[in-house]
Amino acid sequence: MRRRGPAFWCLLGFTLCVCAFLIVPVGMSMLAGVTVNYQSGIGSGMTLRWVAQVWDGYRDTIFRSIGIALACLACTLLLGVPAAYALARRQGALARTIEELLVMPVAIPGLATAMALIVTYNTLGEFRTSWTFILTGHVLFTLPFMVRSVLAVMGAIDLKTLEEGAASLGAGFFRRVFTVVLPNCRSGILAGSLMVVTLSMGEFNMTWLLHTPLTKTLPVGLADAYASLRLEVGSAYTLVFFVMIVPLLIGIQVLARPIELGTKATRR
Amino acid sequence: MSRSNRLLLLLFLPAGIVFAAFFLVPLGQLFVIGGTGKEGWSAYGAILTNRNYFNSLVSTTLLSASVTAATLAISGIAGVFLTRNRFWGRVALVAMLTFPLAFPGVVIGFMVIMLAGRQGVIGDVTEWLTGERLVFAYSMTGLFIGYVYFSIPRTILTVMAAAEKLDPKVEEAARSLGAGPLRVVRDVIVPGLKPALLSAGAICFATAMGAFGTAFTLATRINVLPVTIYGVFTEEANIAAAAALSFVLGVLTWAVLALARTAAGSTVAAAG
Amino acid sequence: MSEAPAPLAIRLERCGKTFADGTRALEPLDLEIRAGETLVVLGPSGCGKTTTLRIIAGLEEPDPGGRVLFDGTDVTPVPIESRRVGLVFQSYALFPNMDVRGNIAYGLRIRALGKAGRDARVDEMLAMMRIEALADRRIDQLSGGQRQRVALARALAVRPRALLLDEPLTALDAKLRDTLRVEIDALLRRLGITSIYVTHDQSEAMALGDRIVVMDHGKVAQIGAPREIYFAPASRFVAEFIGSMNRLEGRVEAGRFVTAAGAIPWPDAPPGARHVLFRPESVRLAGADSAQLAGTVSAAFFLGDRTRLFIECGGHSVIAETAERREFARDAPVHLAIDSDALLTLKDSQ
Repeated sequence: MRRRGPAFWCLLGFTLCVCAFLIVPVGMSMLAGVTVNYQSGIGSGMTLRWVAQVWDGYRDTIFRSIGIALACLACTLLLGVPAAYALARRQGALARTIEELLVMPVAIPGLATAMALIVTYNTLGEFRTSWTFILTGHVLFTLPFMVRSVLAVMGAIDLKTLEEGAASLGAGFFRRVFTVVLPNCRSGILAGSLMVVTLSMGEFNMTWLLHTPLTKTLPVGLADAYASLRLEVGSAYTLVFFVMIVPLLIGIQVLARPIELGTKATRR
Repeated sequence: MSRSNRLLLLLFLPAGIVFAAFFLVPLGQLFVIGGTGKEGWSAYGAILTNRNYFNSLVSTTLLSASVTAATLAISGIAGVFLTRNRFWGRVALVAMLTFPLAFPGVVIGFMVIMLAGRQGVIGDVTEWLTGERLVFAYSMTGLFIGYVYFSIPRTILTVMAAAEKLDPKVEEAARSLGAGPLRVVRDVIVPGLKPALLSAGAICFATAMGAFGTAFTLATRINVLPVTIYGVFTEEANIAAAAALSFVLGVLTWAVLALARTAAGSTVAAAG
Repeated sequence: MSEAPAPLAIRLERCGKTFADGTRALEPLDLEIRAGETLVVLGPSGCGKTTTLRIIAGLEEPDPGGRVLFDGTDVTPVPIESRRVGLVFQSYALFPNMDVRGNIAYGLRIRALGKAGRDARVDEMLAMMRIEALADRRIDQLSGGQRQRVALARALAVRPRALLLDEPLTALDAKLRDTLRVEIDALLRRLGITSIYVTHDQSEAMALGDRIVVMDHGKVAQIGAPREIYFAPASRFVAEFIGSMNRLEGRVEAGRFVTAAGAIPWPDAPPGARHVLFRPESVRLAGADSAQLAGTVSAAFFLGDRTRLFIECGGHSVIAETAERREFARDAPVHLAIDSDALLTLKDSQ
């Protein structure tokens, strides 16, 4: 074990400061959400009354966000997994160009994507004012993450040879997909799913333009709360958001390691 | 085998149709609408000719550039350090550094307010120290802090991935030839990380240029391009100008990211 | 499960293959594979051997005009799922999401064999490949040799009409390769199944094949039994690809072949021959009186069971192999003799 010189401790200190910079505000926000009076600080006591107020006032936006995230997941699974398969089997310049195109909604600002959707579909009143309008934006934004995640695993397992092996034993296309392809892509599908749900729950830039007063999502509600309500209520709302999203983030972190290890193992 | 090609096309079709109908066509429409305002096609040059828009572009660019520089420096140092050293609690540190990846800009704006707003912690500290409250949340400085906040997790992942791939043997060779640690950093590590830094930097820059939520939350006086566009759209109801501006902004960020992709493999999430 | 099917005879007619990007992997070739034989397709990388195998398997379609026939029936339009051939890949292609049992049972599942029948057959295959102890292991827990056995078991479980092996031993280390080669040879003979074995290793080809097809740049260079290929190569490529071959220039003169290093008696020399070929093991170290060629040792490699000598002989390098135990010094003079029936010439007098 090398002796740790002053350089190590300096850098560690620096890194800890950066970490504090990122985490302390999160902690503070969560704390403020359960404090009776933020001005007076924690001494004024803890309460769940702000959280209750958030729940009363914003329960439907919270459920709507969850609903949209799940619907987004369903869409990206149905659209993205077959698309990833097609791209994995047909490698080459065309596949790469298509991948580039799919990433575009992530590359350009959410504002632009939302504006494009609005100017095109404004006339379809039913569509424009329903939650499916927001869903569309979310699907465009999260699809590349699902595709990328599944594609990465498919690349690591040498999909072509596995399928040829299964075909040589008599397996037709559907049988191959359900017994060999999908089971071996499980980790990629799972990681992609977590990513999609997390990103959908937290999406704001597009949703702010796409929403109507009747189709608010959690981040949109947050913006409302910050602007119009007490700091404590805004903090409580943020607390609810964190409570929902942190488990998802942990899930992503936990999966990321085994995927790397797993793909390295199958690459033997 | 054309039979299998047909099957692959069929599998891709749902995604392709959705993408074409809800992205490609609307983008085309956006482009067209941008040219239908009272200025016609010269609306596309308005970003340079209109004084307000131009100022907005300049301040956004300067902000994004400084955020990128600061973020790369911070992430570079912390990222390489974390990759190279194993110590108790390291995994937890890495996890904490990458958590904010999915926070919406609104939340980040809110946290900036908590830090440096009218009732903010920093205000308390400075009041206690100097008697005067320091409030900078609602200015470019606050925006800068917010942007650095969401940029660090993104860039640090890219830097760590690249640092892991650096060949330690090259450094050993340099040391065997007499290079001290700072020289090794300058001559071996930084050049080795250059593609990753370029790519992460481009992503950081593009994201900052297009970020909306944070600036929106911090509101009022800040003049960044996405907020300007939003204002043109909602307050002035000038759809054509807003369309043209957002199209231009979209092309700009896409171009920067395309450059990033040629320098490195994959892109990390761009949101905020 | 039905009894083992009768061995299959395969025929390729005018099968060529050009890939989408224009590469011509295979020139139109005709190939006849007899029922029950083990045919080895041998050649360097890129010679078209794997493409040929994949055409037989049904993974690639031959260019228009090519036909693949199984026992006289045209199977060219039949996809691999219905051809009932067993395929063993270089990378084994075992399914990571199933254990060993699951892998071997996969083809049986597809044929809707009942659980009892499946288990019995899987046990039979585990015993045949002597891997009973691995039955419940996951694939990533197996070594290379073990995976190879599982791959064979999986391919054979469904009683295929033919067995196609694509460089199955290339990924293994030398000692393991030798062991498995013997096992595979015994297995194929015991089963009597028609087998096509692709390899670039010529000692593998010689050991396993009933007949060998030597390929070069998409064309067949020679087809024949191992002995034929070794002792009567049809072209310079085959001569030099299989083992080592010495080649001397000279001319025929009164029943002898005269070279710059000496004259070799050759009563059966074809008139006008300008080259003579002979294998290193045919070269004898002779005394000065019975010497035919004279040269000096330029390098000597002691290989354990024999010594390989590189000899400078009148401007040419001759490789000789001898079992003599003595040591050879650099630049030592040597005398060589070659029996006339070990002298070869090529049909195209190369």
